[in-house]
Amino acid sequence: MKQERMKGKPDVQKAADLAQQLRRDTVRMIAHAGSGHIGGALSLAEWMAALYGWAFEYDTDNIKDPDRDRIILSNGHTCAIWYASLARSGLIPLEELATHRKMGSRLQGHPSRKAMPEFVETSSGPLGQGVPVANGIALSMRARSSRGRVYIVLGDGELQEGQVWESFMTASHYRLDSVCAFINLNNIQIDGTVQEVMGIEPLAQRLSSFGWHVIEIDGHDLPSLFNALQEAAETKGKPTAIIGRTVMSKGVPFMEGKAAWHGATPSAEQTEEALNHIGTNTRYRDFPIAGNEE
Amino acid sequence: MYSGNKSMREAFGHALADLGAHNEKIVVLTADLTDAIKVGAFAKAFPDRFYQMGIKESDMIGTAAGMAIDGLIPFTSTFAIFAASLANQAIRVNCAYNGTNVKIATSHGGVCVGADGATHQAFEDVALMRTLPGMTVLVPCDANEAYHATVASAALDGPVYLRFGRIATPVVTDPNEPFIVGKAKILREGTDVSIIAMGMMVPFALEAAETLKKEGIEAQVLNIHTVKPLDEEAIITSALTCGCVVTAEEHTVIGGLGGAVAEVLARHRPTPMRMVGVADTFGESGEPEEILRKYHLTPEDIVHQVRQVLKEK
Repeated sequence: MKQERMKGKPDVQKAADLAQQLRRDTVRMIAHAGSGHIGGALSLAEWMAALYGWAFEYDTDNIKDPDRDRIILSNGHTCAIWYASLARSGLIPLEELATHRKMGSRLQGHPSRKAMPEFVETSSGPLGQGVPVANGIALSMRARSSRGRVYIVLGDGELQEGQVWESFMTASHYRLDSVCAFINLNNIQIDGTVQEVMGIEPLAQRLSSFGWHVIEIDGHDLPSLFNALQEAAETKGKPTAIIGRTVMSKGVPFMEGKAAWHGATPSAEQTEEALNHIGTNTRYRDFPIAGNEE
Repeated sequence: MYSGNKSMREAFGHALADLGAHNEKIVVLTADLTDAIKVGAFAKAFPDRFYQMGIKESDMIGTAAGMAIDGLIPFTSTFAIFAASLANQAIRVNCAYNGTNVKIATSHGGVCVGADGATHQAFEDVALMRTLPGMTVLVPCDANEAYHATVASAALDGPVYLRFGRIATPVVTDPNEPFIVGKAKILREGTDVSIIAMGMMVPFALEAAETLKKEGIEAQVLNIHTVKPLDEEAIITSALTCGCVVTAEEHTVIGGLGGAVAEVLARHRPTPMRMVGVADTFGESGEPEEILRKYHLTPEDIVHQVRQVLKEK
């Protein structure tokens, strides 16, 4: 199955259903793994749904298509929801999601190119390492006249890493308009709120002074995400940053906005409560976990 | 190719321009050091494949990794200390762990940066690079080998660290001799002591061997142009033949060539051994010759250590 880049009018309900299922998958993956990073991942559900449900060009029959779109999860700890996106797009088997963070799994605790070269463009986890690699891919793709776009996901706390700004400089210096960064502005990092730990504002002005086209949106609003993705693709001569204001752990009220849920694992009861809050839709079924009757 | 005295970085520049003419996948990145590391000829010949990255080494390495992921063969160029030390995290994750095809070419390795002083003298770069899984570490001993190492690195699929010196040093290898990554070269036969050297200490080892000959001591000189993967067999054989070993490197004695040789011999063939290299210290400003003398990196220092180790044989 091939999804062409931003083809036709995006279906908001379909993407909303996908986002809902990605949240369920994320909670179940992390609960089953017994560890993981749930908060930042849940913030990204609509972004991933907009991307994998409409914007992103990929072909399940030709996964190494040289003109495919690329994604680099620079904040690699949010990978559970990305693995779920791969599975829901038919790129990896659904049942593989149950292996996340287990010995021998391709779905490592942080994305590993070594473990999963077909999909992980670059290993990530140490923050601030993703943007330069995205720039390098974009430069190389431009040199061979490829139309593929390169997406980067960054955490807001990650912007405290100086190397991110070095690489922002490079992207605008080389006018890399195929590069589009989504900044997951949920305002929470491990030690507290981003303002408390190390302020990054005024972020939009900082990014635009670095030569980026900046779009600020509600990162959970699907129509805004679709429009931003379209606008980024139509922006010529500069890279685009989509600042998505999000809520950490969005969709699970007892986790929302709480720094403790950066890396906490829900108990069996909490998992059930979380899944009840998220709800279900008829489009998807949960991935199977061996040993469970579901 | 080269004879007399020639700097390795110049040979690197020539090799890069030659490579570029034959392979369109070769691209070069620099961090504001085009002339210092001699990539100007490539830049002039292939402007579309030359990327100025500004003074941001980590970003340069990461960008090169991205290019490699998309199929190019990027050479990054900066000083040894700025690559191995400043951009270490980028090399670790984006090159070594990813297994990307990036060639990290560096000049000004070792003490011969001279007057720039301690901040610019790379004493620990080889140690840092050789502990990274999957990294190939090449330390040519003269301009001929620098040329060959550059060409050989492009033919390898995977990350390679290349260390070149700043100053002109004696050319001691035959330009027509094949350069095989991972294969040490015996530059002088001998059975009394094995002198195992890398980089510009190789010419010094040959000089030391001539001095020792006058005392009736025949030294074998083993040139380790590939510190990783190390030619363990050549080292063990040389230790077996000679019964004692002196290593020589323009690098700290902690974790560099001496450390690597000691690891091999401790495992396979414990042998009396001495190391010539920088002690656990930072450097300082001075002419290269003055620094080499003060930090005990001269042919005389090799001779001295040979005399010491012979007593334990």
